Amino acid sequence: MIKLTSVGKDFNKGKANHVQALSDINFEVNEKQFVVILGANGSGKSTLLNLISGNLFPSSGTIYFDNTEVTRLPDFQRSRWIARVFQNPLSGTAPDLTILDNFRLAALRSKSKKLSIGATDSFKKLVQEKISTLGMGLEDKVYQPVGSLSGGQRQAVTLLMSTMDETRILLLDEPTAALDPRSAALVMQTANRIISENNLTAVMVTHNLKDAYNYGNRVVQLAEGKIIRDLNTEEKAALNEADLFHWFT
Amino acid sequence: MEFYLAAVLQGLCFCGIAAGIYISMKIFNIPDITTDGSYTLGAVVTAIMLSHEISWYFILPVVLLAGALAGSITGFIHTKLKISALLSGILVMTALYSVNLKLMGRSNLPSLNYIGLFSGSSLIPSSTGGSLTILVAFIVILGLIIGYVLITDFGLAMRATGNSESMIRALGINSDRMKIIGLAMANALTAVSGFLMAQLQGFTDINMGIGIVIVGLGSVIIGDTAIRRFHITLVWLSLLLVFSGAVIFQLVLAFTLSIGVDPNLLKLVTAVFVLLIVALTQLSFKRND
Repeated sequence: MIKLTSVGKDFNKGKANHVQALSDINFEVNEKQFVVILGANGSGKSTLLNLISGNLFPSSGTIYFDNTEVTRLPDFQRSRWIARVFQNPLSGTAPDLTILDNFRLAALRSKSKKLSIGATDSFKKLVQEKISTLGMGLEDKVYQPVGSLSGGQRQAVTLLMSTMDETRILLLDEPTAALDPRSAALVMQTANRIISENNLTAVMVTHNLKDAYNYGNRVVQLAEGKIIRDLNTEEKAALNEADLFHWFT
Repeated sequence: MEFYLAAVLQGLCFCGIAAGIYISMKIFNIPDITTDGSYTLGAVVTAIMLSHEISWYFILPVVLLAGALAGSITGFIHTKLKISALLSGILVMTALYSVNLKLMGRSNLPSLNYIGLFSGSSLIPSSTGGSLTILVAFIVILGLIIGYVLITDFGLAMRATGNSESMIRALGINSDRMKIIGLAMANALTAVSGFLMAQLQGFTDINMGIGIVIVGLGSVIIGDTAIRRFHITLVWLSLLLVFSGAVIFQLVLAFTLSIGVDPNLLKLVTAVFVLLIVALTQLSFKRND
């Protein structure tokens, strides 16, 4: 599904503050895999995610989705495949627009936005049905601006929005970093449910070792721009939580 | 009374600018001051075409196009050349001064003797009352069109662009292109104000646009204060409040003149008035937070 071949990324090349964020990464994610990426600050894990999303372009190497080369495709043109959840709950939704309008835009992620009214009554019913699966009582509040929701609710809504249109890949960038433990747990459960129900390929970057242990079927550790550990489903299942902590000591 | 009626007419003419600033500042979050140039451009195009005895309904599309072109140049400079929106606007506004002067060939062009939007017909006579009727109808139609565009799928994408750029790119929208379209729309509407004003006052002056952006800004801030005070999310109502803001703004200026303030101080009064509204709303919102 996702394939990176000998991908490198340099920042400020040729200057005193040159950083080699990633070097010679070969990384392949298969269909329906849920990969968790771990790494210390500055290990390159966010850079890796940004290369997949198209926010950054690699300095060398190529990126493929299925058999399409996307190395130089800007982020907004990768929305055909990718839905994203950001670290900052404010980034994934438009706070001044209503819940309904946010869902309407999400439903058009891979389509063109035309000069016709799409947020109709039947669309509203569809959104209410979807949103009731969250069990947060938001189905009666679809005309409220998203800005009035809590961080956890906004992350859950962002996750749900990703299922409004065809999605193949879900990218999660520390989705629970800004949330309290209870909301964080709820958001992770929702993410897990959405990924398995929709057969999505998912890549999640996290600092939370508990989440890395509990979720996903593959775990990858980055350090200084290189992949230093890559555990498949069986290996990950055999892992215990303490082992993960040892990776960082 | 006649005096205040003139202020209302002027306020209605400025609804285009108010809508333009509302789109650039409130919807896209971009401080765009191309306004001064595109307003005059709209008036200049109108005056020239009127003097060639062309009907206003042929002039209007050309005015819209001219304004849109000015706005998209600002948008292009801002998004593609990565220059701050404020500077991009100043550059285009400055350049437009020369363009306008060159187009007119002189600094002032009367258009009173030509048949225009307010010339009257068998249906509506040429009078202040007639002009008021025509202007209100014109602004209502304008508001309905803008309002409709803003609630379509495309309009949602526009509104989300200024709100959460990371989201909008993740949802497959080219935010640069969207900003260029937005600034084009904003300045097309601003040019419409020039179109209306040139015909209402019967002449076009090269300096008529100086400081006009503050009129738009003041109108939007008055409207926005009400929008935030009453938590309005309905697009039509928001537009109505912004338009009301434009009229209220002119009425306040008319009032200051009527109590004997020196007309030479009008721009100073305008600036202080806008400062007052901004400062007061900031303070009162801070207290409520």
